Amino acid sequence: MTQVPALAAGVDTGDTAWMLVATALVLMMTPALGLFYAGLVRGKNTLNTFMMCVAAIAIAAVTWTAVGYSLAFGDANEIIGGFDYAFLNDVTLEPKDKESTIPHLLFFAFQGTFCIITVALISGAVVERIRFGAYMVFAALWSVLVYAVLAHWAFGPGWLFNGGTLDFAGGVAVEMASGFSALAAALVVGARKDYGRQALLPHNAVYVLLGAGLLWFGWFGFNGGSGFGTGENSVLAFVNTMLCPAAALITWFTVDLIRGRTVTAIGAATAIIVGCVLITPAGGFISPGWALALGAGGALPCYTLIAFRPRTRVDETLDVLAAHGLAGLTGILFIGFFAQKSWNGLSDGLLYGNAGQLLDQVLAAVVAPAYAFGMTFILLKLIGLVMPLRASENEEAIGMDVTQHGEEAYATGEGAILITPESGPESERPVAGPA
Amino acid sequence: MKLVIAIVRPEKANDVLEALYRAEVRGVSMTRVQGHGGELDRVETYRGTTVKMGLAEKVRFEIAVSEAFVEPTIAALSESARTGEVGDGKIFVVPLERAIRIRTGETDHGAVTPVGK
Repeated sequence: MTQVPALAAGVDTGDTAWMLVATALVLMMTPALGLFYAGLVRGKNTLNTFMMCVAAIAIAAVTWTAVGYSLAFGDANEIIGGFDYAFLNDVTLEPKDKESTIPHLLFFAFQGTFCIITVALISGAVVERIRFGAYMVFAALWSVLVYAVLAHWAFGPGWLFNGGTLDFAGGVAVEMASGFSALAAALVVGARKDYGRQALLPHNAVYVLLGAGLLWFGWFGFNGGSGFGTGENSVLAFVNTMLCPAAALITWFTVDLIRGRTVTAIGAATAIIVGCVLITPAGGFISPGWALALGAGGALPCYTLIAFRPRTRVDETLDVLAAHGLAGLTGILFIGFFAQKSWNGLSDGLLYGNAGQLLDQVLAAVVAPAYAFGMTFILLKLIGLVMPLRASENEEAIGMDVTQHGEEAYATGEGAILITPESGPESERPVAGPA
Repeated sequence: MKLVIAIVRPEKANDVLEALYRAEVRGVSMTRVQGHGGELDRVETYRGTTVKMGLAEKVRFEIAVSEAFVEPTIAALSESARTGEVGDGKIFVVPLERAIRIRTGETDHGAVTPVGK
């Protein structure tokens, strides 16, 4: 038996144990998002939609290791983190700084899972038509040029964070960044060819519900881990992650009932996501009572945007702007009103006598959407100069699964002829000539 | 009276329905079928298994029409289902001996003419 090495000084076992689990929970959210998105698209695009989430893991994990983490959490200046931690230089098993109680390497991994899911979220705006290759190039560049920068501003030693903006688990870098980038992506890539002409319906509502359920489960790691340990803020955020989506569900049920006289399943799945997003920035800063209020009230603007958006020409297909951008913005602003020092130990909101906090929150709610939208717009325009962003109309009609991946989600195997190595690749030859 | 059978690409099914509607052809049945018509085979790979998909997904329309509607139906089908690539499908026109509307017992021409015409 090898001897277990001692812990580095300052590392807490309880905090580290929880953060290991939380990191795994957040990583699971990306395949869960794949399932959620896959259910919302047509059957012929199931695998492509899911694969964009899988590709986000592959790409963002590597870019994060190379430079993303360093740009986000290095302390070169308040705008950008610099290259001190590039390629895990100085990212060791010691805590990152005096306040931290977990190994620096674990902190890096936890933050990496956030970058991954944020990249994956944007794919929802452009499913069913973006070329897989172009998406991967975009994912690599976006993870560094947009995510890492916003993460530095809001989480790292950046100017929003230092200026007093409160963002517990990613209202700025994750939710507003993905939501407003999604809008830009939908505008640059353009609508699906059948958008507005045919009914483009979700093909499997059970995937959507199961994906939403797994996302909620993972979100306990996302929010509960954003206190970087087992402290009071972490427990508060964890519990608020249970309450806020529940209240959002009730609002969604009620509005569904009023509008259509039934409670819809896909609406419920959407409400879970919206509720989780709403509490993401606010989780460790507001009381459980206000978390319920945030879910109940914050769901309304998101519902309104989701109901309104399909009437426009903007094919932001899976409503990332409403479910993430607007919900994240609502959560960020909510902190400015209802944060309570007696719960978070940091700062009060306007309601508890500190109007300055609201100003800090408004600043983030203006700057983050503007940066994310502008950068994504430019980035995709530039990529579009080098390679086509979209599949051809013909490929779009046949479906992205077959044209991008050479597979089908629901292959029956009927009529499939096994190609053995001996028979050689005679596949391009027609079996029978046209009559 | 003729029975017009058209086998088309599934992704063109909505365009075909729209074209038939514009041609005022109202009585339509539609079935999902699998078949082979001489097009190139698609190759798919699942882990180590590479297969040639010998049968392609198609949609089959069956439309019973009176003589006056035969040519408009064929025109609507040909235009709406065409992409120009191999695999666009076929149209078959077969004579129809009898047609009976079950509800009223109307036969032949009356049975294949939409209600209210």
